[in-house]
Amino acid sequence: MIHSLFLINASGDIFLEKHWKSVVSRSVCDYFFEAQERASEAENVPPVIPTPHHYLLSVYRHKIFFVAVIQSEVPPLFVIEFLHRVVDTFQDYFGSTNVGDQLPTGQLSVVPWRRTGVKYTNNEAYFDVIEEIDAIIDKSGSTITAEIQGVIDACVKLTGMPDLTLSFMNPRLLDDVSFHPCVRFKRWESERILSFIPPDGNFRLLSYHVSAQNLVAIPVYVKHNISFRDSSSLGRFEITVGPKQTMGKTVEGVMVTSQMPKGVLNMTLTPSQGTHIFDPVTKLLSWDVGKINPQKLPSLKGSMTLQAGTSKPDENPTINLQFKIQQLAISGLKVNRLDMYGEKYKPFKGIKYMTKAGKFQVRT
Amino acid sequence: MTLPSAPAPSRRIPPRPAAMAASPAYGEEKGGSSSLGEPEYGHDPASGGIFSSDYKRHDDLKEMLDSNKDSLKLEAMKRIVAMIARGKNASDLFPAVVKNVACKNIEVKKLVYVYLVRYAEEQQDLALLSISTFQRGLKDPNQLIRASALRVLSSIRVPIIVPIMMLAIKEAASDMSPYVRKTAAHAIPKLYSLDSDQKDQLIEVIEKLLADKTTLVAGSVVMAFEEVCPERIDLIHKNYRKLCNLLIDVEEWGQVVIINMLTRYARTQFLSPNQNESLLEESAEKAFYGSEEEDAKDAKAEAASLAKRKPYVMDPDHRLLLRNTKPLLQSRNAAVVMAVAQLYFHLAPKAEVGVIAKALVRLLRSHSEVQYVVLQNVATMSIKRRGMFEPYLKSFYIRSTDPTQIKILKLEVLTNLANETNISTILREFQTYIRSMDKDFVAATIQAIGRCATNIGKVRDTCLNGLVQLLSNRDELVVAESVVVIKKLLQMQPAQHSEIIKHMAKLTDNIQVPMARASILWLIGEYCEHVPKIAPDVLRKMAKSFTNEEDIVKLQVINLAAKLYLTNSKQSKLLTQYVLNLAKYDQNYDIRDRARFIRQLIVPTEKSGALNKYAKKLFLAQKPAPILESSFKDRDHFQLGSLSHLLNAKAVGYQELPDWPDEAPDPSVRNVEVPEWTKCTSREKRKEKVEKPFYSDSEGESGPTESADSEPESVSEESGSSSSSSSSSSGSEEEEDEDEEEGSGEQSEDKEEEEEKRLKRKEKEGSQKAAPGSAGSPSEEEEEEEGAKKAKKKKAPQGRKGHAETSSEEASASESSSSGSDSGSETEAKQRKAPPSSRAGPKEISLLDLDDFTPPPPQPIPSSSIVSTSLVTDLEGLTLTDTSLAPALLSPAFGAVRTYELLHRMAGEGLSVEYCFSRRPFPGDPHMVAVQIQISNNTDAEVKSLRVSEPKPLSGMRIQEFPEIERLAPGDTASVVMGIDFCDSTQAANFQLCTHTRHFYVSIQPPVGELMAPVFMSENEFKKEQGKLTGMSEITEKVTLPEKCRSDHAIVQQVTSAANVGRVPCGADNEYRFAAKTVTSGSLVLITLERREGAAAQLTVNSEKMVIGTMLVKDIVQALAQ
Repeated sequence: MIHSLFLINASGDIFLEKHWKSVVSRSVCDYFFEAQERASEAENVPPVIPTPHHYLLSVYRHKIFFVAVIQSEVPPLFVIEFLHRVVDTFQDYFGSTNVGDQLPTGQLSVVPWRRTGVKYTNNEAYFDVIEEIDAIIDKSGSTITAEIQGVIDACVKLTGMPDLTLSFMNPRLLDDVSFHPCVRFKRWESERILSFIPPDGNFRLLSYHVSAQNLVAIPVYVKHNISFRDSSSLGRFEITVGPKQTMGKTVEGVMVTSQMPKGVLNMTLTPSQGTHIFDPVTKLLSWDVGKINPQKLPSLKGSMTLQAGTSKPDENPTINLQFKIQQLAISGLKVNRLDMYGEKYKPFKGIKYMTKAGKFQVRT
Repeated sequence: MTLPSAPAPSRRIPPRPAAMAASPAYGEEKGGSSSLGEPEYGHDPASGGIFSSDYKRHDDLKEMLDSNKDSLKLEAMKRIVAMIARGKNASDLFPAVVKNVACKNIEVKKLVYVYLVRYAEEQQDLALLSISTFQRGLKDPNQLIRASALRVLSSIRVPIIVPIMMLAIKEAASDMSPYVRKTAAHAIPKLYSLDSDQKDQLIEVIEKLLADKTTLVAGSVVMAFEEVCPERIDLIHKNYRKLCNLLIDVEEWGQVVIINMLTRYARTQFLSPNQNESLLEESAEKAFYGSEEEDAKDAKAEAASLAKRKPYVMDPDHRLLLRNTKPLLQSRNAAVVMAVAQLYFHLAPKAEVGVIAKALVRLLRSHSEVQYVVLQNVATMSIKRRGMFEPYLKSFYIRSTDPTQIKILKLEVLTNLANETNISTILREFQTYIRSMDKDFVAATIQAIGRCATNIGKVRDTCLNGLVQLLSNRDELVVAESVVVIKKLLQMQPAQHSEIIKHMAKLTDNIQVPMARASILWLIGEYCEHVPKIAPDVLRKMAKSFTNEEDIVKLQVINLAAKLYLTNSKQSKLLTQYVLNLAKYDQNYDIRDRARFIRQLIVPTEKSGALNKYAKKLFLAQKPAPILESSFKDRDHFQLGSLSHLLNAKAVGYQELPDWPDEAPDPSVRNVEVPEWTKCTSREKRKEKVEKPFYSDSEGESGPTESADSEPESVSEESGSSSSSSSSSSGSEEEEDEDEEEGSGEQSEDKEEEEEKRLKRKEKEGSQKAAPGSAGSPSEEEEEEEGAKKAKKKKAPQGRKGHAETSSEEASASESSSSGSDSGSETEAKQRKAPPSSRAGPKEISLLDLDDFTPPPPQPIPSSSIVSTSLVTDLEGLTLTDTSLAPALLSPAFGAVRTYELLHRMAGEGLSVEYCFSRRPFPGDPHMVAVQIQISNNTDAEVKSLRVSEPKPLSGMRIQEFPEIERLAPGDTASVVMGIDFCDSTQAANFQLCTHTRHFYVSIQPPVGELMAPVFMSENEFKKEQGKLTGMSEITEKVTLPEKCRSDHAIVQQVTSAANVGRVPCGADNEYRFAAKTVTSGSLVLITLERREGAAAQLTVNSEKMVIGTMLVKDIVQALAQ
């Protein structure tokens, strides 16, 4: 299994190390640095790097590489998943204010994920149904692929050992699910009901996928006209964002980003609303649109200065979209009821729906 | 070696964030303790200037460690551990630190342990000072202290203490706390790596721990097994079923290890499920998995029913493994999902492997490292089982934001998935990719297009044209890659493409990428006869620029020259000589050598011998076209999901995945003695069951049937582990002392018991309070723990007693339910009575509508509401399992499913068709009877487009045809499922079975028993319904039971084989009841068989469908008489 763990920051310093067996010299990380150099970008560093005597398995999060040193056969995902959990734990531990609450303490508990003797004066349970739309929209505006990935994140602060059941109006929508270990699988199999003793605090109860066979409502559209003219060193750029199938809800938090081709030197643009930035070094255009007002569609228009003398770039940039819609689960998933057993008090219960753009790309 | 578990690292974290927070924390710390210099740089040779002050600095730490105040010690230890974490050397503090190993403060102690584990190996003599503390710790009444003492003792790598470690491990392995036993399992590989001579003794400990029945230990001991003695498969036999059954409740990391080990185990013990590649199985299973409410039991039934017809029978233990791992595909842990996926890939019948695709595709949403590993595995799988991932094609589409390494892997998968039907979509995608800004990706796309073109002849020309267009791309890399790929494609059919070759010849003027230039030159040389005018001209140009070319280009220029000399010496003789002369003086010796070699070969001189004659043959020989294939081909000889698979090279410690054995080893090695406590109500039946080669009792109890039984009642009371019933029933006879088990056994059937339980739980909570808390909560005091422990001890006997009582009760309950489901028992009735009584409750309780945020109306939740509103559906699910179980459990002696002939091979001119009623719900239409049709092609020609046509159903009858079978190779067998709505009549369904040449008129006439599907009802309901169906609707017949058909078992079997009915619990000993509903109209059919004295019995069928009733009576009587 894992022999040693090294934490490497963005500037390439090994700032933390931990050894579970004999100490492995930190010089083993040189192989990692080599690979990093070859990869040019952090995200392209291979997660598994063989070296003469060790294997280096790494994950990259928060601009830090977590490099595990392995000496013999082990399922790579075992290590990778574990490292991600380590990072999650760090994040919980250092990131949140209520340090201590988050630390798992249930090693010996009957219910390993829940500490015993939990007490709250206000007993409350909140569930957030968050759906993300992953989509690729082609040039002409038709959907190439669209899927809905959802999660139910919970914040449960309940005294004692509550046993909850959560049922849906339309559980059949859920095509593929993965559960927090607290969920009783057989109950779900037979009744499509989530039955569980919740961990204390924040946790992800369920991740699900809504099948690609169901038609996915695409809540926004992007009209674009991006052209690089061969003759002149100017190009035209124009995009408009508008609401499509939003079920009467407002689309907000709209953000448009696009990686422009290398040949684009600068962009002179005017937004009808929001603010935009073009970084001439990274060639990244981002436009913080904000809310979409259906009466007055936001647009961004202007020209691009292209490198003189070179021919026009052959590729058109991809437009990445982010947005949020409150109070809506785009798949139509609805929680039916939440019941609590095993404890006598009456908890305060709340549920919130939200739809977001996941990996939402428009090809131009 | 520790088996990682998520909490582990966090427990090592000192409570103050600053200690861990790396560099920023360092500044903070410095500021906070200004009087103390900079300890961290103490041993940095570069900071020689402050070297002396460093020692003073460490003196400081030493002083703090020597002080009497715990707070100072803690502060010092925190700083020391922080130094270690930053990779600074703190070894000189060893003496000062080791003294504190006996410190009472648990926080200090923990940090001292961290220090010791790090430095003990370097300072062995001093480390010995601490040993006695650990030895004392091993005897501590607190299980956490015992465990941590063992953990540290086994982590300090000091060879001299090996005997002490061995002893400690042995002792801990029989500790009463499962947590300590788990730690013992963790210690085994550590000791083994320190001293491999201990292997034999360690194996003994492993053997002992493998027999442990707690989920806590299971994962860790299998890990130890894998590290120490993976070859001792024999140790697993007796524990195999237990491991399968515990699996779902083991912690995630343990699950991964166990699943991987069991994959190997299964490969040595079972036969390949795909040995006689039967299509029959495949399509039947497909239909089965298509249905929403699938049940693994069905699959078992299937396996059993197939057994009749085919030589291959899946070992029930093999099925058990597949069934119990499947739910884990839903795990949130990617490693677990991958482990199950590889298990299915390597062990499941072909037709069942498909289920893993969805789960693997889900993982593609995870972190990019996870994607990377998953895609590698999908790439390998998609070569072997393309169909599996085809429905998810779009999930592999590439986004511009994907990292390049992910893009390239997705491309690999897309290419593997390409076939004639989807190629146009894929090529359209590829077109988008070619315009990407990521040039490495574009190059990979071009290669992918090349592969599609070679694999799918239909699109070869399209691809080639597309690639030729790319030759005018502005990006040189794109052009170069295209040239290379085109070269490979042209080799397949050069004659037709002289235009392309000409076009490419022109490119030599512009394109600079050496590989591309070399490819073009090779192409022109190879096919110079197709471009006789251009080739010499190209050589002329190349001769001019020869000296400036790269080596690979030069070699190809020589090559071209040689070939031209042989085919067209008139025009190229001088040029060739010129080129060869240039090459003769080249700096590169390879090129000089090549020139010399070629000159001798092609230019005839006196000296050049016999070879000269063959020059043309040598140079212009037909060269086989290169095969463009995936680099993932055949990678599945490595166990999927393994590091070795990912690297495509054997990693250290990799255990080969064995090939399936030809002969199945003796399956009885996995049989386990039946524990004493099973002697409850139905002792005889149990015995009978054990003798059969079916699952051990523990298995039977934990199967889905059983939990479906127990869950409605135990909704609120059941403890966290979802299938706790299995652990409670299989383990309760000796696990009463364990926390784990105490909680898991809580199932109650009525309120009083529930109340009792609640009280007891409170008690338990109290006793456990200390234990888990100290695992991570830094503020815990040792004394406090000890106190709590004592309190627990006092309480223990009492609690234990209470528990023992309930556990035996539970044991009997679960036991009876399981035996009820296979052979029927009276206790079942008792259990089933429970639900209706509490059913009324929940409907009135309106809890809150979750749509708004208003607080819930202040309504009390009555504790009786534990039965869910959807009890009915729950029970329906139960019925399903019952039916499917029936043939499975009763099949070995008798035909599970009768097969009928649809088309005799003589009449069908070599095509023979059989059908049977699979007794599964027909997916898509509940009113249809599923008919499984097996078609064998006994001709020696391929039969094409097999389909149903012109069904001529009688009025109201409907036929859902099976999907057309495109082709059936000679000797092959295909199985399909069609649905027929017989309208509750035994009239035959007529239709035509067509092949591409012939039509056969066939008809299917259902036995009356197949027109129904079982329903579950309680005894009361049965009686109530029966009361409604009297008079005309009741048919009674006297039966004489033959000798062999007098046992409960035989009767139930005969009835269920004659009709698709479900058993209804019955209080009376001499009565058997069954219930079903007709498939179309849903009319109830109730069957009662009452045994009289001797062989006499009376059969009663109640149904409003009188015709069905009459026919059914006839059929059952006939079946019973057999």
